[in-house]
Amino acid sequence: MDFSYTIWIAILPFLAFAINGLGSEKLPQKTSGWIATVAIGISAFLSYKTAIQYFSSPSRGGIIAFKTTWLRFNGTLHIDLGILLDPISVMMLVVITTVSLMVFVYSMGYMKNERGYDRYFSFLSLFSFSMLGLVVATNLFQMYMFWELVGISSYLLIGFYYDKPSAVAASKKAFIVTRFADLGFLIGILLVSSLTGTFDFGVLTRPEGLGFASAAPFLGLSTITWALLLIFMGGAGKSAMFPLHIWLPDAMEGPTPVSALIHAATMVVAGVFLVARLFPLYTAYAPGALEVVAFVGAFTTLFAAVIACTQYDIKRILAFSTISQIGYMILALGVSGHGGEAGLGYMASLFHLFTHAFFKALLFLGAGAIIHAVHTNDIREMGNLRKHQPITHVLFLIACLAISGIPPFAGFFSKDEVLSATAASHPVYFAIAMGAAALTAFYMFRLYFIVFWGEERAYPNAPKEAPFIMLGPMMVLAVGSAFAGFIPFGHFISSDGVPLATHIHWPVAITSMAMALVGTATAWRFYKSQSGSSEKAAKALGSFHTSAANKFYIDEAYIIITKGVIFKMVSKPLAWIDRNVIDTFMDLLAAITHWASRQVREFQSGQLQKYAFIFIAGVIIIVLSFIYAAR
Amino acid sequence: MVEQVPLHHALIATTLMFFIGVYGFLTRKNLITMLISIEIMLNAVNLNFVFFNIYLFPGTLEGHFFSLFIIAIAAAEAAVAIAIFISLYRNIRSIDVEDANTMKH
Repeated sequence: MDFSYTIWIAILPFLAFAINGLGSEKLPQKTSGWIATVAIGISAFLSYKTAIQYFSSPSRGGIIAFKTTWLRFNGTLHIDLGILLDPISVMMLVVITTVSLMVFVYSMGYMKNERGYDRYFSFLSLFSFSMLGLVVATNLFQMYMFWELVGISSYLLIGFYYDKPSAVAASKKAFIVTRFADLGFLIGILLVSSLTGTFDFGVLTRPEGLGFASAAPFLGLSTITWALLLIFMGGAGKSAMFPLHIWLPDAMEGPTPVSALIHAATMVVAGVFLVARLFPLYTAYAPGALEVVAFVGAFTTLFAAVIACTQYDIKRILAFSTISQIGYMILALGVSGHGGEAGLGYMASLFHLFTHAFFKALLFLGAGAIIHAVHTNDIREMGNLRKHQPITHVLFLIACLAISGIPPFAGFFSKDEVLSATAASHPVYFAIAMGAAALTAFYMFRLYFIVFWGEERAYPNAPKEAPFIMLGPMMVLAVGSAFAGFIPFGHFISSDGVPLATHIHWPVAITSMAMALVGTATAWRFYKSQSGSSEKAAKALGSFHTSAANKFYIDEAYIIITKGVIFKMVSKPLAWIDRNVIDTFMDLLAAITHWASRQVREFQSGQLQKYAFIFIAGVIIIVLSFIYAAR
Repeated sequence: MVEQVPLHHALIATTLMFFIGVYGFLTRKNLITMLISIEIMLNAVNLNFVFFNIYLFPGTLEGHFFSLFIIAIAAAEAAVAIAIFISLYRNIRSIDVEDANTMKH
């Protein structure tokens, strides 16, 4: 089968980026949106074509659709750029192009009349290009390059409103935190490649006899465990896992469609994708690293869900919800084994990634439509919006039902797989996952009831329903959120390429449904009307509620560590040495040179005869020395 | 006739001439006098060429030719130098070498 056209999936958004970025001043304002949208639309079409073509063939092997050697170090070690098609990359292509297309169309309505419209679309195209390049990477290094590219496009888009200090600070925070995590990723890549002599996924994911055993252990763990832990650190940074999650809530300073695309559906799941991509390595060589993955995922999913229950900024609630849901995916990967039924977690994780992309993008786009109408992010200033925005209300409700795991919406099926996978592992993980499921339902319906029910607020302007260009993409995503769960996902994607029969695990499903209903009912009781019972509950929880509302003081802890420890203990002395020791030495050198040149510059007096005298005296001295030396 | 004057007498004469030129070049402030001093030095060298040719390599002519070349080039050099003096005079109304002192640190 010929897949050479897949190169255009990635190239078209890049062309849109180049045209919009370079030619925007010559083009009329409107066209930039259309150029970007048409480019991503064709990409989406090609992705569907690829998916149909790929999954209709019986084999599930990796296909190299395109490959070129970019840098050659020696006979075996070289960096390639190429396109690798295998079940997970094809699935990601479909997810990314679909959500991108919807967000691009939506943005044409949302960003209308906004300053920097063309800049916005060129950055958005750059992001799509980078994300597509990331998922089709044939080797670790190509993945790393595109990994950094998505980082920079995320930075550019968070700081889109660059005249707002909070947006600038948020973009810097996101960039620095993820960059710090990427340092671990890079070291991990170097360790893996120095052990194996290759970056290629084709070799790395078939890990029989890669010769890791010969490497010496370090601090009680084998080198490959260290390498995979460091790679996971990169993934954890991008996917906002505890304790590197601090950038994601602040990243909500960007335009809302950006949050939907980058900080909910695609970029933040790159960490999940990374672990899934290297999954054979994890299971074969570093089960210890996989335990860390599971632990981090489990902790984050509960941690973020608790915080989400106490926030009042609509986008921050969704951001913490994203962190929590990605925690689910990471947890499912961490408890998974390789092959057959043991690989259920792997399938569940990617299934949840797939469905989450739809309903979380829909939630964000819905939040965008609400913010567009009421001009605030604070849910305490919203209420009774179902009267003003009936269509948004229905779409938002579908997404809430989907994320809460209520059948027959998509989230129910994927969450059921995740919960079944954790049920097979440690009971603590299962309990955490169940608790987080209840909390998910609670915080989503808390948001829903406060925003769409509650009492009418004194809006400065009556909120209007969003235009069709914004509602259309949301409807498409709502269809995905409602029905994506019926896709026999295990048939397409499994840890070992052998189709995995998926079925509902009824005991787990009924428990999770009960949990979701408990969460929903609690939210209904607390927030359906202003009964004051939520305040009572908050008071009963006391300091726990306060600390959750303050995000458990993680940001403050970071400030204490960076300002108090790193800046004061390390940077300040270093700055002192730099300013006083090194600078003094350099100043001294300059002063000596200056003084010496002052002394000798008198020689150049402009007096011709002085020069002539020195010249002749020199000649005489040389001649005399020749004469007497010859003797 | 030639044999009656020993070579070193001739060399003493040209050396004196050369250093008279050097002395004049270093002490006189008038650019034209300095140019004349240079000519004296050049002519001392010319004489040296001719004397060495006659005394050490009789029958050859290279030394004579060198002197002729030097005379020709000295003429050109004098022309250039005087042109420079004229334009210098136009600029600073003086041909005193100490007044031409703008090319310094």
